[in-house]
This record gives sequence, structure tokens and C-alpha cells, in this order.
Amino acid sequence: MDIKVQVRESEDEAYVVELSGEIDVYTSPKVKDAITELIDQGHYNLVINLEKVRYIDSTGLGVLIGGLKRVREHGGTVNLVCTNPQIKKIFDITGLVKIFGIFEDEQSAKKALA
Amino acid sequence: MIEPVAQTEKVDVVELRIPAKAEWVAVARLAVAAVASRSDFSVEDIEDVRLAIAEACTNVIRDAEPGAQIDIRCESERESLSVTVRGGAAVRLRVDGSEAGLGVIIIQSLMDSVEYRIEPDGVVLGMVKRVQPR
Repeated sequence: MDIKVQVRESEDEAYVVELSGEIDVYTSPKVKDAITELIDQGHYNLVINLEKVRYIDSTGLGVLIGGLKRVREHGGTVNLVCTNPQIKKIFDITGLVKIFGIFEDEQSAKKALA
Repeated sequence: MIEPVAQTEKVDVVELRIPAKAEWVAVARLAVAAVASRSDFSVEDIEDVRLAIAEACTNVIRDAEPGAQIDIRCESERESLSVTVRGGAAVRLRVDGSEAGLGVIIIQSLMDSVEYRIEPDGVVLGMVKRVQPR
């Protein structure tokens, strides 16, 4: 069980954090570190791509919420890319669909940052 | 030739003890998902069970003292699965807006019944998932 975190800058100056694997109490610190590093560097408009995430729990959600709170303090936002119905369901039942912008593809998530 | 065993209504019990550490939660959720797959659950229901058990274990880990263990007991039937997750006396169940509170919301949403009780040697979170008629 592991999580892979890949950070890349897109041509429109947004930063994309692409995650693949499982985000749980064991792996979420790695995700938190990547997001924190980007914010510390002054990047406040982020797309977090969850398309290759097979599993997320409350600790993973906590990391995403923490990131969103921090970028909002600087007028930024976090948009998510999520196509997995099981993961979408977790955002639904926790009410986080109302807090995050959730998109079907990366292009739409980046466009909505502008 | 081995005669097939007649199917009777029965409860199979599976017990698992893991260290109350983050790296062992994946083992608990995989094991309980495997137990759930013995019942007539859909793939989605098994995913629900997997997440609920992980949330229960994570809740224990948040308050666990060094060296603590988590005891997980599954009672598997064709039409339902009951799981109890037992942690140490220091464990609390949070229902606030914190990360732990989100975990409780997830458990309550995914399982058909959830019960929390305090026993002399620790807290017990009991959960039941029933097979939905198709």
C-alpha cells in the first residue's frame, strides 16, 4: 500500500498534484507534505488530481481540507479531479462536495481556477 | 468422494488483532473486506465495509497509547456482517467537525447500524452491514 505524489506546473501557472494509490492514515502525511511545500513556495491555486486514487479516508480528506483552508487565506483555491464513484460518494456523504470544486477532468479543473 | 456439506444458517467468526499503528490499518481493512466478500454483498457494499473498518481503526489509533492493540471481531453470515473494533480505554469517539468527526460521519453513513459503548478495558465500536435486496 502506498501513495505516489507527482507535482507539475502546467502552462497556465497552476500547479497540479497528481496522486495515485491509497490515501489513509499511513500515507496521508506524504500528501500533506507535498501540498504544504507548494503552499510554502507561494502557489495558491492548485489542482489535485484524484483520478488514480483507489481509496481515501478521513485523514486524506483532512489533508485536502487543510490545504484548501491555507490557500484560501491567500485568495487561492483547490480544485479536485475525481471520476471514481466510490470516492465521489465519500465527498457526498461528508458534505465536502459543497466546499471543493470537483471536476471530471484536469482541463476543466484548471480552467475553473482562472 | 466428499459429500457436499448442507448449507445451514450459521455465523462464522473471524478475529484479528493488530498493533494500534497507522501502518497496520491497511491489513485490517483488507482482511475485513475479504471476510465481507464471503457474504452476498455487492462490490460497493464491500468497499463501504472496508472504509468503515479503516475509519474505526484510525479512530482508535488517534488516542492509542504506545504498545496498544486493536481487536477486531467479525461475525459473518450470508446476509450480514457484524464487526466490533475494540480499542484501549483512552479512545474517544469524536462527533465534531474534526478529521475524526468526519470519520464518524463516514462510518454512520456506510453501515446499517453503529453502536459505541465503553467497557472497563476499553471502548468498543460495533457495526453491522446487511445485504440489500436486489
